[in-house]
Amino acid sequence: MTSPRVIDVSTLPPGAFGHRSLMWWGTCGLILIEGTAFALAIGMYLYYWTHAAEWPPGHTAPPRLLWGTLNTVILLGSAVPNQLTRNAAERVDLRSTQRWMVVALIFGIGFNVVRAFEFGGLNVKWNQDAYGSIVWLLLGLHTTHIVTDVLDSCVLAVLLFVGPVEERRFVDVSENSVYWYFVVLAWLPIYAVIYLAPRFL
Amino acid sequence: MTATRTDSDRERDRQRLTRTWADPQGFFGWFSHVDHKSIGRRYLITAFTFFLLAGVLAALMRIQLARPDNSFLSADLYNEIFTTHGTTMMFLFAVPVMQGLGLYFVPLMVGARAIAFPRLVAFSYWMFLFGGIFLFSAFFANAGPDVGWFSYVPLSLQLYTPTKRADVWAQLITFTEVASLAVAVSLVTTAFKLRTPGMSLSRIPVFVWAQIVTSFMVIFAMPAVMVCSTSLILDRLVNTHFFDPGHGGDAPLWQHLFWFFGHPEVYIIFIPGTGIVSTIVGTAANRKVFGYPIIVASLALTGFMGFSLWVHHMFATGLPHLGEHFFTASSMMIAIPSGLQIFCWIATIWSGRLRITVPMLWVLGFFFIFILGGMTGVMVGAVPFDLQAHDTFFVVAHFHYVLIGGAVFPLFGAFHYWMPKITGRLLSKRLGTVSFWLVFIGFNLTFFPMHILGLNGMPRRIYTYPADTGWGALNLLATLGAAVIALGVVVFIIDAISSLWVGAEAGDNPWAASTLEWATTSPPPVFNFIDIPTVASSEPLWDNPPDQPVVVGLRTDVRDVLVTYVADADLDHRVEFPQPSVWPFLTALAVTGFFINSIFTPWAVVYFALPMFVTMTGWFWPKSGEDTGTRRWPFRARTLPKPNEAFAPGVAR
Repeated sequence: MTSPRVIDVSTLPPGAFGHRSLMWWGTCGLILIEGTAFALAIGMYLYYWTHAAEWPPGHTAPPRLLWGTLNTVILLGSAVPNQLTRNAAERVDLRSTQRWMVVALIFGIGFNVVRAFEFGGLNVKWNQDAYGSIVWLLLGLHTTHIVTDVLDSCVLAVLLFVGPVEERRFVDVSENSVYWYFVVLAWLPIYAVIYLAPRFL
Repeated sequence: MTATRTDSDRERDRQRLTRTWADPQGFFGWFSHVDHKSIGRRYLITAFTFFLLAGVLAALMRIQLARPDNSFLSADLYNEIFTTHGTTMMFLFAVPVMQGLGLYFVPLMVGARAIAFPRLVAFSYWMFLFGGIFLFSAFFANAGPDVGWFSYVPLSLQLYTPTKRADVWAQLITFTEVASLAVAVSLVTTAFKLRTPGMSLSRIPVFVWAQIVTSFMVIFAMPAVMVCSTSLILDRLVNTHFFDPGHGGDAPLWQHLFWFFGHPEVYIIFIPGTGIVSTIVGTAANRKVFGYPIIVASLALTGFMGFSLWVHHMFATGLPHLGEHFFTASSMMIAIPSGLQIFCWIATIWSGRLRITVPMLWVLGFFFIFILGGMTGVMVGAVPFDLQAHDTFFVVAHFHYVLIGGAVFPLFGAFHYWMPKITGRLLSKRLGTVSFWLVFIGFNLTFFPMHILGLNGMPRRIYTYPADTGWGALNLLATLGAAVIALGVVVFIIDAISSLWVGAEAGDNPWAASTLEWATTSPPPVFNFIDIPTVASSEPLWDNPPDQPVVVGLRTDVRDVLVTYVADADLDHRVEFPQPSVWPFLTALAVTGFFINSIFTPWAVVYFALPMFVTMTGWFWPKSGEDTGTRRWPFRARTLPKPNEAFAPGVAR
């Protein structure tokens, strides 16, 4: 057997950030899947609307603007600590990553608390009619994502404090931030559909 | 680089890699496997088992329909049987068996040491298995779904199905969708990021392209069925009104959502089949498949167009005519990419030196049957004809020609073609030929008469029919045909099992094929390749020059995997893969508890939140004291490059 030439890869780096990492691809896959689910749920809402004589049906008041709008502000604001966490992770700066991750978590938890009030201010129950069902489904879907992402971020944050902190963990933190951006961006059309459209369209 | 590898280098690496990559042995170790070949094998065997179970259900239906006014099955049981048959074939056989092939072969074909996200893949297998066990447990407990594999509302709502049967269907969907979505993400990432150096996008094997397109279709189609099955459960459990017209809900919306998934589903099953056909045809004709770019473009085009056809399942619901015209046009149009592929295969066969192997026999059977199914597809794509044939046995004949022709025939070809790689033993040519002819003849005897029965007005999903309809003779013929199919499948099973003992040694490359899975031993070692081969063309085993380089320098003491760039598969970085773990299994148990309990109470989400959180955290948490080989804090310097940053060599790891 002839001896083949070789390509020596032993000096390649032990990981990379962003679209080069496998985690980024996994996160994007998740985002595509859940983004499709969100889009379909919004499509359902609009479908019911086109089939209804009045909207919201039966003199139901649209959801209260206060809590939903407050939460939109909180969520948009969370982009700042989210980006700073990501920057710190990509610098592989443990102290800074820990600090900004905690700040981002405070935003996430605050959001979840306000979310409870949002459900209270919808002015409709899920079992009243299809309108109520789809509003609760939209808000419920988004809440599921926020709750699981906050829990997941808590685990990651605890790991960063108690260790052992492996180098690749910083890639995880960076991709966790990417996913949080998705949750923020997915909220904007849902907010527009639930709160703004029945009021202003 | 001028260094060379000696045989003793290779032997030393072989021993170290075996130690590093081995899955744990023994009963408990079995629950921790993460090797893609181990999981892929399980997928294939489990899916084939479900194929046999659903086949038995089909046989029971054929016995019932063999003569008029038969009382072999009750109407109620017949409903359960045809629903469970369809649901099993679609969700527990067709999709998982194709994904199982992808799990086993995509990493080998792209020259990777493992599949991306191995623990996620392990988790997906357990979800698939538990979903299947759940469905059949319900079936044997007389709680099997009985509302058709598409579970139309309002029949499946609480008012008309007060039992749990419709919920069993809806949750089976959730199980299998979670599994196939997880596999899809792993396959896409593997095919895009773990390819060996030199395998640019234009050198990816067609089978891998088919798996990529299929995985994207899974990613965009499966959420639709999860949204609709979840809405159905909510309607049934907590009185939402998604599909209840009395409260502003809408029944056709169910059909839109279901078929937005359900039509792509056909292509999710069929596209891997065409990938198999391209592979087998190229090998059997001993040449690169004709029109590689056309075939890949056709796959992608089919993937896109598959999402613009769903309404052709709903022509009988009274939609606006303009909309129907659009969907008729797009249904006709999708014949174009499929037709292009067929012409490419014909050109390959014509210009190559064709050997009639057993896999090639199955492919020839595929041509005959699938093209017939495609022709009746064009017929039912036209609204006036569809309104006549809707809900008759004509449709049953059509989709069995498409699905069995388009997926099952290629699949049997694939079993013959790739089993020698998996087991190291060749199957028998004689038994293979016998089983092919039995299944081929039996298939046409069973399903061709159904076209005529349908045109004569025999509806689907009736458990019996009166003698004076005159449908008895053709039904009897169909039942006899089913017996012949069953015989053919039995011969195949005998062939497959006996080959393990009496089959000839396969060697590395028994078909003289061109792709990388044949560049390693049969069966492959747990780490796939000692030296990762690189490629200089799309047919490396035919075209590679003798001094084609191999990849060295991956660590052998930890699970080191090479990551490359998407477009040209240039070197990017290395990444450590996780160890085997029992946590994916435990997570699947917790999620299974949640899914099943949520049929009965919305509080399931509360009861199972903690088990799910604990098991997922256990999955993620690094084992203390485990030397994973990656650096731990504090680091002296950053070694992880950002997206657009070239790596500065010389930084110590």
